[in-house]
Amino acid sequence: MSVLVYTESEKGKFKKAAFEVVSYAKAIADKMGSDVTAIAINANAPESLGNYGASKVLNVSDSSLDVFNAKKYAAAIETAAKKENASVVVIGSSADSRYLAPLLAVGLEAGYVSNVVDTPSNLSPFTVKRTAFTNKAFANTEIHTDIKIVGLSNNSFGLVETGGSATVEDFSPAIPDSGVRVESVDKATDKVTIADAEVVVSGGRGLKGPENWGLIEDLAEVLGAATACSKPVSDLGWRPHSEHVGQTGKPVASNLYIAIGISGAIQHLAGINSSKVKVVINTDPEAPFFKAADYGIVGDAFEVVPKLTEKLRTFKAQNA
Amino acid sequence: MKILVCISHVPDTTSKINFTDNDSKFDTNGVQYVINPNDEFGLTRAMWFKEKQGASVDVVNVGGAETEPTLRKALAIGADAAIRVNTEATDGYAVAKQLAKVVKDGGYDLVIAGRESIDYNGGMVPGMLASMTGANFVTNCIALDIEGTNAKAVREIDGGKETVSTSLPLVIGGQKGLVEESDLRIPNMRGIMMARKKPLTVLEPVDAKAETKAVSFEKPAPKGAVKLVDADNIDELVNLLHNEAKVI
Ligand SMILES: Cc1cc2nc3c(=O)[nH]c(=O)nc-3n(C[C@H](O)[C@H](O)[C@H](O)COP(=O)(O)OP(=O)(O)OC[C@H]3O[C@@H](n4cnc5c(N)ncnc54)[C@H](O)[C@@H]3O)c2cc1C
Ligand SMILES: Nc1ncnc2c1ncn2[C@@H]1O[C@H](COP(=O)(O)O)[C@@H](O)[C@H]1O
Repeated sequence: MSVLVYTESEKGKFKKAAFEVVSYAKAIADKMGSDVTAIAINANAPESLGNYGASKVLNVSDSSLDVFNAKKYAAAIETAAKKENASVVVIGSSADSRYLAPLLAVGLEAGYVSNVVDTPSNLSPFTVKRTAFTNKAFANTEIHTDIKIVGLSNNSFGLVETGGSATVEDFSPAIPDSGVRVESVDKATDKVTIADAEVVVSGGRGLKGPENWGLIEDLAEVLGAATACSKPVSDLGWRPHSEHVGQTGKPVASNLYIAIGISGAIQHLAGINSSKVKVVINTDPEAPFFKAADYGIVGDAFEVVPKLTEKLRTFKAQNA
Repeated sequence: MKILVCISHVPDTTSKINFTDNDSKFDTNGVQYVINPNDEFGLTRAMWFKEKQGASVDVVNVGGAETEPTLRKALAIGADAAIRVNTEATDGYAVAKQLAKVVKDGGYDLVIAGRESIDYNGGMVPGMLASMTGANFVTNCIALDIEGTNAKAVREIDGGKETVSTSLPLVIGGQKGLVEESDLRIPNMRGIMMARKKPLTVLEPVDAKAETKAVSFEKPAPKGAVKLVDADNIDELVNLLHNEAKVI
């Protein structure tokens, strides 16, 4: 009986979310009185997971896994879970993890709950809290199968350093053929993605046009933030669809969400409700966003945002 | 090509979410139901295949009789026939089991489902269904072309997109991008009239036990009032974000 955690890396480097899922898996293992085994695929420095509570890392080095493939990755994790006799498998909430999780669930005959935001409130029946109704509510959900798969929502647990060390074991699971082949990948590698970001700066129709997005990008750059937008902004083609957040777009679970020129329609708020701290900048004091935000400035984005960017630049320089 | 579009019947995006029976059940009182937005994009793409490539398009829902108006709407948009598997949708796994039976019996080549449904946001039914039926699977799909039995799809990934090639039988988790908003169709009078004559078959469920169960619901704690900062005092906002919220 152990807790297995899948740790994602990109070009060999662990994602921050990998350390978070290990920290979370450690908290579950402590409750269960067991240990954490991590599985890492083509990652550098696998032993570094020990610092977040992994006792062992199953280290896969396989060039056929250089490009993500849901079926192949699910098979590797499934083999690891069986080998370790894992009763709980923890994964993250990136697009890739969500892609492979249902395949893994069928393979392991395991119940799977996604969007989990807390450690289990109970081990028997195994009960976790997840978001539902696009962040308008939480559902306490029981998993009734022998093996449980928990999909942790980003930034909902945080990193916990234990100072421990992990043994690294080479692991070469059999990888099946997949009928899905990646032909090309189109990805900006220098930009923080909405899924990984701790801070997200988002613009709405109040910015008037795509030519004004420098305002958003400058602020995002100072904060190391990802940029996002409301739905009409992507519908109008001012920004790519991949930046559209909300109920019908991407969910945002950042620590800080700054909404500029966004009215705060229910469909927009639904997607960003699980961000911890929300700041709104809007000319209209009646904008619904002010009811959902923690901090607000009633003012014109074209005046307020450049000033805020400057102040933060100075602040960052002083606190670097 | 035989296409099956999976339709989940969900509360309209503006719905207020409430619970009854000691917070153990979703309160359907006054809630308007719609075709899950991700499925509507998929259905519209399926109509394109029907019109341009001569595909047949069936729609399916796993649920009680209350979901039939949603299936009728899909017929009015242009689907040829509808299937309802007559059982409560208890969890993603149980739904996928029911759908797997429909897919096998119907011999569908392409199954278009949504990336996730906007009620439980499980994002699990299409992947499980693909796994159970042995079909290829692409989710977060924002473009799909089929030629013979070959398919080309584009998948949204974190920070970008990737193009994949695959083949039928195939299950898609679709979303906006499969078609654009402006391509969505509002059923017209003729469509609605025709939908009444199209077959809606009710199938009895196969044995499938749910693996998970939502036992109680909570709403997020009401949050305190917004702290307003004067537009001329931006230092104060920086100070609050640093010292109070501790996010910078
Ligand atoms: C089925 C459905 C699904 C939807 N899903 C989503 C979704 O996922 N995500 C989403 O975002 N929306 C979604 N919407 C749309 C949503 O209802 C709103 O229409 C949308 O969020 C509004 O975008 P906005 O706030 O950018 O624009 P607007 O509503 O036009 O608001 C612009 C705001 O900018 C302010 N403003 C104007 N000038 C300035 C200035 N100089 N400085 C500062 N502020 C200024 C205005 O006061 C106003 O509040 C959905 C709608 C439907 C029907
Ligand atoms: N009860 C259901 N009946 C038919 N299709 C469903 C049902 N539930 C989910 N689906 C399909 O699976 C997709 C993903 O749903 P989910 O896994 O619940 O997030 C939806 O967009 C639908 O296409």
